[in-house]
Amino acid sequence: MIEAGHFAAFLALILSFFQAGQGLMGQRRAAGLSAIVAFGAMTFSFATLVVAFATSDFSVQLVAANSHTLKPFVYKIAGTWGNHEGSMALWCLVGIGFGAAAAKLLSTGRPTFEARALGVQGLLNGGSLLYLLLASSPFTRLDPAPLQGAGLNPLLQDPALAAHPPMLYLGYVGYSFVFALAAAGLIEGRIDRVWARTARLWALAAFAPLTVGIALGSYWAYYELGWGGWWFWDPVENASLMPWLIGAALLHSVIVTEKRGSFGVWTALLAVLAFCFSMLGAFLVRSGVLTSVHAFAVDPLRGSLLLAGLLFFGGAALILFALRAGKLEAGPNWTTGSREGALMGNNLVLIVATATVLLGTLFPLIAEAAGETMSVGEPYFNLTFTPIMSLALIALPIVQAWSWGKADLSSLWQWAAAFAGIVAVFWLAGIGPFDIPLLAGIGLAIAVWLIAGAAMEIWRRAKTVQRLGKMPARVWGMTLAHAGLGFFVMGAVLETSGREHTTIALQEGQATNVAGWQLTLDDVESIEGPNWYAERATLTARRGGTVTELQPHKRFYPAAQMPTTETAIHKTGLADLYVALGDGRRNTQGETRWTFEVFLNPFIDLIYLGTILIGLGALLSMFGRKARAKEAEE
Amino acid sequence: MAIAGLLLVSAVTLSAVALKQHADLFYTPQLLAEQGQPDVGKRVRIGGWVQIDSIEYGDGADMTFLIEDGSGETLAVSYTGVVPDLFREGEGVVATGRFDESGAFTAENILAKHDENYQPRELKNARQATS
Repeated sequence: MIEAGHFAAFLALILSFFQAGQGLMGQRRAAGLSAIVAFGAMTFSFATLVVAFATSDFSVQLVAANSHTLKPFVYKIAGTWGNHEGSMALWCLVGIGFGAAAAKLLSTGRPTFEARALGVQGLLNGGSLLYLLLASSPFTRLDPAPLQGAGLNPLLQDPALAAHPPMLYLGYVGYSFVFALAAAGLIEGRIDRVWARTARLWALAAFAPLTVGIALGSYWAYYELGWGGWWFWDPVENASLMPWLIGAALLHSVIVTEKRGSFGVWTALLAVLAFCFSMLGAFLVRSGVLTSVHAFAVDPLRGSLLLAGLLFFGGAALILFALRAGKLEAGPNWTTGSREGALMGNNLVLIVATATVLLGTLFPLIAEAAGETMSVGEPYFNLTFTPIMSLALIALPIVQAWSWGKADLSSLWQWAAAFAGIVAVFWLAGIGPFDIPLLAGIGLAIAVWLIAGAAMEIWRRAKTVQRLGKMPARVWGMTLAHAGLGFFVMGAVLETSGREHTTIALQEGQATNVAGWQLTLDDVESIEGPNWYAERATLTARRGGTVTELQPHKRFYPAAQMPTTETAIHKTGLADLYVALGDGRRNTQGETRWTFEVFLNPFIDLIYLGTILIGLGALLSMFGRKARAKEAEE
Repeated sequence: MAIAGLLLVSAVTLSAVALKQHADLFYTPQLLAEQGQPDVGKRVRIGGWVQIDSIEYGDGADMTFLIEDGSGETLAVSYTGVVPDLFREGEGVVATGRFDESGAFTAENILAKHDENYQPRELKNARQATS
């Protein structure tokens, strides 16, 4: 079976290169057909891997190394992509899937352009497949087959993390098709409004799942690591944030190209960069060049191959870009005080923010080359990334109301006064009844500003309640995403500034007061799961009339020889009472005390509500576009 | 253009200042002995191995232990909090924290080996240097 899958992957490789050849020569039909057949082959190939995992076929090396008969069924399936080789196979499947979807869906009335986009996609897919088959084949047999597998990394045995890689890859690899569109546009020397309408749709198709994928990863880190936080500025997290930021810049720049025909050169460059940053992320995560708590499948050889791929495709695109940039139509002129200018400002801020993240992420490498070992942590990012992004957020509702060409800037002072007013309210609240620090007050003002701004914008466009329902999905999508940004900022500010954290040590039967709650440790007992055993603490938490039981535990997975932390979270609607079990400590008097990390995380769900809204907004904007395209044709 | 320039200049300045203040230098006990104690209150990372029989627990969640690096030098670390799952005597550890005026080191964060395959990268280099 797995041999058939291996063969199918080779078939997909040949088909991808055939697609590349035909596509680059401008044969739309042949390229499209091979993209679809390649998708069939790769789906079959991936399915054989899934079946091998589902049936615990330990004669497949990958299954033996990453699965176990006692593992719950859903994690046997998820185990397929919970490792380097399998995740690369998923990467290839998603890339080929985007190619096939494009073969079906692309209809720009420019067959040569479509063929070339499919051709570049075929080249990218062929490259990924070469890497899969030559440097990280998941199809290797093991002889003799062991009776038992080594188990999945227990940290990955989790619903959020089972869904996290497919979402993330839809984003990362989605940008490969945006890259292909940009390359095809550059080959043709035509980055115009028709091009932008197509590119925008595919950029949204990558952005929405990438947003959700990042949110899932953050949520997983929150409850699975036991550290109580939701973002650690870890290199692996930064690796996913950078393509997201570039992708956000691209979404805003491509609008200008679509509506006005300007920014074509810049938009094409961003489209190329978005995928380059996705590949850079893959390289950083898998090469082991950086210290990360999440790094997996670390292998220097694979790392250098990924780097070679990045340099090859990124370099080729940039050379193509350099050759063609001068020949592209510039579109109408624009001034700073217009919506074009505002969106260029948005782009600049997002690019500078990405650069600070990149610098912070790579700085340890630079320092190491200079002979110093150091790391860059949260304080650096708080000091650079946060104020830079705040600029864009404050400007957002204001410049959103600007018109194309030349905006009326006379109401600028009213906006400034309004924002100052909101800041003043929070500042007064801060020195008055509520204990809000000034910076948190500014953060909250920005959040309120964004949400109110989104509401005002939709009202400004609709003007009457009747027309509110008839607003295009695209406008609703934008509004939802901008409001989501506001909810995200609100959650992030409230959680970060209002978080209470205490470490406690309790004997059985002992009670203590933490963050307004009385916590009693009832007992600590041993329990067993399908492929793990655990020490589980039972705590009773009381506050006012509320009594709730919390059972944080610490699992040990014998197959992987690895412990995991399972936190207990009680949601009150406003805040999470979050308890993680630490170690049991015997002191000199021979008493055993159990340690716990206790967090009160206020409004943390707003962070995830906000991110989901951003993802949904992006999704909704895609459907808005379809109707518009029809209108344009009519 | 002027706005873009201003933005760039501020961002570069900001990043440079932030890096200068907030890049955490890495030391082993031997490096500390050679280079002297870092500035009081500056965040640093100390790496090495938890010395056998050096962990002592207090009455609460506080504890102290020694970090050694095979050079004979050690550093005493006090820490209040839960330690990572794979924090063990004899295993690698990286402690992020600060020195106070009396020269005592208090850790805010302890990183230990993550799983069978992963240990803090700084330690890989430190092991090669000392062995």
